[in-house]
Amino acid sequence: MTYPVSYLAVFFFMFFVVLVLSLSFYFARKTKTASGYFAAGGTIHWGVNGIAFAGDYLSAASFLGICGMIAFSGYDGFLYSIGYLAGWIVALFVIAEPMKRMGKFTFTDALDSKFNSKSIQLMAAISTLIVSICYLIPQMVGAGALVKPLLGLEHYVGVLIVGTIVIIIVATAGMTSTTYVQFIKGGLLILFSTILTVSLIINGLHKKPADNYHDFVTLDAVVDGGSFVPSSEDYKYAGTAEEKGNKFVKLEKDGIFSWWKIKEVDGSLKLEEALSKTVKSDETILYNGAPAAEGRFFQVGHISKLIHKGKDVEKTGPLNPFSILSVIEDSEIVRFEKTSVKDGDNSVTIWYQNPTSGKTIMRPGLKFKVDKGSTFWSKLNFISLMLALFLGTASLPHVLIRYYTVPSQRDARKSTIVAICGIGFFYILTLYMGLGAMTHGVLDLSSSNMSAPLLAKYFGVGLFSIISAIAFATVLGTVSGLIVASSGAIAHDLMDRYMGIKMTEKQKVFAGKISALGIGMIAIILGILFKGMNVSFLVGWAFAVAASANLPAIIMLIFWKKTTAKGIAASIFVGIVSALSIILLSPDMFARYGFDKASSPISLSQPGIISIPLSFLTLIVVSLMTQKDNKKAL
Amino acid sequence: MQQHEAVKLEKDNAAGFKSKVGLILFGVYSFIYAGFVFVNTWAPKAMETKVILGLNLAVFYGFFLIILAIVMGIIYNHYCTKMENKLNIKDKEGEE
Repeated sequence: MTYPVSYLAVFFFMFFVVLVLSLSFYFARKTKTASGYFAAGGTIHWGVNGIAFAGDYLSAASFLGICGMIAFSGYDGFLYSIGYLAGWIVALFVIAEPMKRMGKFTFTDALDSKFNSKSIQLMAAISTLIVSICYLIPQMVGAGALVKPLLGLEHYVGVLIVGTIVIIIVATAGMTSTTYVQFIKGGLLILFSTILTVSLIINGLHKKPADNYHDFVTLDAVVDGGSFVPSSEDYKYAGTAEEKGNKFVKLEKDGIFSWWKIKEVDGSLKLEEALSKTVKSDETILYNGAPAAEGRFFQVGHISKLIHKGKDVEKTGPLNPFSILSVIEDSEIVRFEKTSVKDGDNSVTIWYQNPTSGKTIMRPGLKFKVDKGSTFWSKLNFISLMLALFLGTASLPHVLIRYYTVPSQRDARKSTIVAICGIGFFYILTLYMGLGAMTHGVLDLSSSNMSAPLLAKYFGVGLFSIISAIAFATVLGTVSGLIVASSGAIAHDLMDRYMGIKMTEKQKVFAGKISALGIGMIAIILGILFKGMNVSFLVGWAFAVAASANLPAIIMLIFWKKTTAKGIAASIFVGIVSALSIILLSPDMFARYGFDKASSPISLSQPGIISIPLSFLTLIVVSLMTQKDNKKAL
Repeated sequence: MQQHEAVKLEKDNAAGFKSKVGLILFGVYSFIYAGFVFVNTWAPKAMETKVILGLNLAVFYGFFLIILAIVMGIIYNHYCTKMENKLNIKDKEGEE
C-alpha cells in the first residue's frame, strides 16, 4: 500500500529526534565512569525509572504488533497484552529487590555475585546477546514498517535511520540518555494512546466507517461450459483458482484483473469482491491488479451487523468504555482471511471477506488453535506461549539492568510498581485501539503492524502524525535499552570480567561505546533482512529464550542455597540451546523455510513449556553433582 | 576482580519479610493467571459468558488480571515500606 508523506509527521519526528539527541549530548559531558555509562550512576528517581521501564518495555511489539494482532485476530492479540503485563508480577514480587541487592551494572554481575565464575560470565553474556538480538530484530522491522507512512521512504531507510540515531544516543551518554529517551517516549505513548482511545469511544461505531470507504460489490453468476459468467457485463471471466476448499474467480474489467470468492447462497452462485496481491514471474507486484502507485489496494475493516440496544443500527453515537466492547461483541464484523493461490506462473495472495460474529472475535480461538480444529499440541503451544510471556519479562536483560539505575531496593520496588501501572493501563488501551482499527476501515491488509497509526489517521492527520512520530520514538527507546544491555555484555561482562582485560574507567566507557556501535550495525542488517514479519511474533521468541536461559538461574540463585556456578552456567546453556532448537525446528519455521509444516520433527512452535523446566532440571542436577565447588568456596 | 557498584546499598533488615510476602503474593497471582490460561485453553467458549457491565468473561478476566497486578503491587509496597521504616530505622537508631 502507498501512503502520502505527512509533513506534519516528519516535523514531529524531527522535533523528537532533535530533543533526544540534545539530551544525549548534554548528558555525554557528565558520563565519565563505567557506573555512569552502564547504570546512570544509580541516581535515577524511581518515578522517572518507572516510566522509563514502561518506555523500555512498551516496544514496537506492544504498540504496533499487539494492536495489529487484535485488529486482525481479535481477543487472541489481547492475550499477549495480558501475558506481557502478568510477567511484571514475577519482576516485582520475586526479582526486583534481590537483583538490586546483588546488582552491579549487568544481569551477569548479579548471577555471578556469589561465585566470580568465568563460566557464568561467559554464558550469561552470551545469553544477554542472544536475547537482545532476538528482541532487536522486531524493533528494527517495526521501524522499517513505520517509515513508509511517516516519511514516504523505503523499509531499509527506516531501519538505517533508527539504527543511526540509537547508536548516537547510546554511544554518547549510555544509560542516562537512554533513560530519559525512554521516559519521554513512555509518557507520550501512554498519553496519546489514551487520547486515541477516548476519541474512538466518543466517536462510537458506524456500519460505514467513512464516506470514502470502499463499497464491496457482490455479483450474481452462472456456470456456463466450465466458466463463471458474472451478471454484470462489465466483468469478463478470466480463470479460477482453489485453495483449501475455497474457490476463487479471476475477472477482468477495463484491462484490470481482480479476484472474487465464489459463494453459494440459497442455491445461487454469488461472487464476492476480494483484495489481491499478485507477484508476477518477472517480479512485478500488482495490488488489486494494478501497480501500488495507482492506489487500488484500499483500506478495509467494517461492521456488517451493528447491534446496539437490541437493534440493527447504522451508527451508535458516543459510547462508554464498557458499552463499546459490548456492542462489538453483539455485532458482526467483516474480517479478511488470507490465502495464497497459483495463477499460471503468478503467485497470488487473496484476502477474502469473512463476516465473523463479535462473540467469536471477543474470545480466544481466531489465532490460537484452542477451539475449532484444535489438537493437544496446539493447546500445548498456547500454554507454552503464555508461560513464556509470564516468566520472560523478569528475564529480559534490558529490563533487569534498569534495576541498577536507581539508588536503593525501595526505589527498585517503587519503580516497578509505577511501571506496572503505566504498562497495565496501556495494555488495556491496546484492546480498544486494536478493535477500533478492525472496525473503522483503516486496515492495510499487507501490514498488520500499521493498524494503530492508521486508526489515528482516521481521527485526523494531526493525531496520526503525533502517534506515528511516537511509534517511531517507541522503537528508539526500546532499541537504546537493548543496545545498552548488549554493550554491557560485551564491554563489561566479556572484556572486563571474563577476559580480564585491564581497563581504566575511561577505557571501559570507550569499550562500551564501540560495542554499542557494533551491535547497532548488526541490528540494522537484521532489521533489513527480516522485513515483513509480525513484530509481536518475534518478540514471543525472545521471551521464550529469556525465560528458558535466564529465569531458572535467577530464581534458583535467590532461593536455593545449593546452587553452584556450574549449575547456573549449565542451565543457561541448556535453556538457550533447547529454546532455540525447538524454535528453529518448529512447524512455523519449517513453513518459513518453504517446507511443509507437517515435515517438522516436532509439533511445538513455542518452546517454553519444555525448555524452561529442562533448564531448571539441569541446574538442580548439575548443582547437586558439583556441591564440592561450593564447599571449596566456603 | 573488583567490581564497582553503581551505588552502595545499606543493610536491609526487612529483606526476609519482603521476600516472604512477595512469594505469597506471587503464588496467589500465579494461581489466578493459571486459571485464566486453563479456561482459555480448555473451555474457550465459556469465555463468551456475559459477566458484568456487558463484558464477557474473556475481557473481564483479562482486565481483572491487569488491575489485580496494580492493586497487589500497591498493597505489597505499602507493607514493605511500613516494615522497612520499622526495622531499618530502628536498626539505625540502635547504631547511633
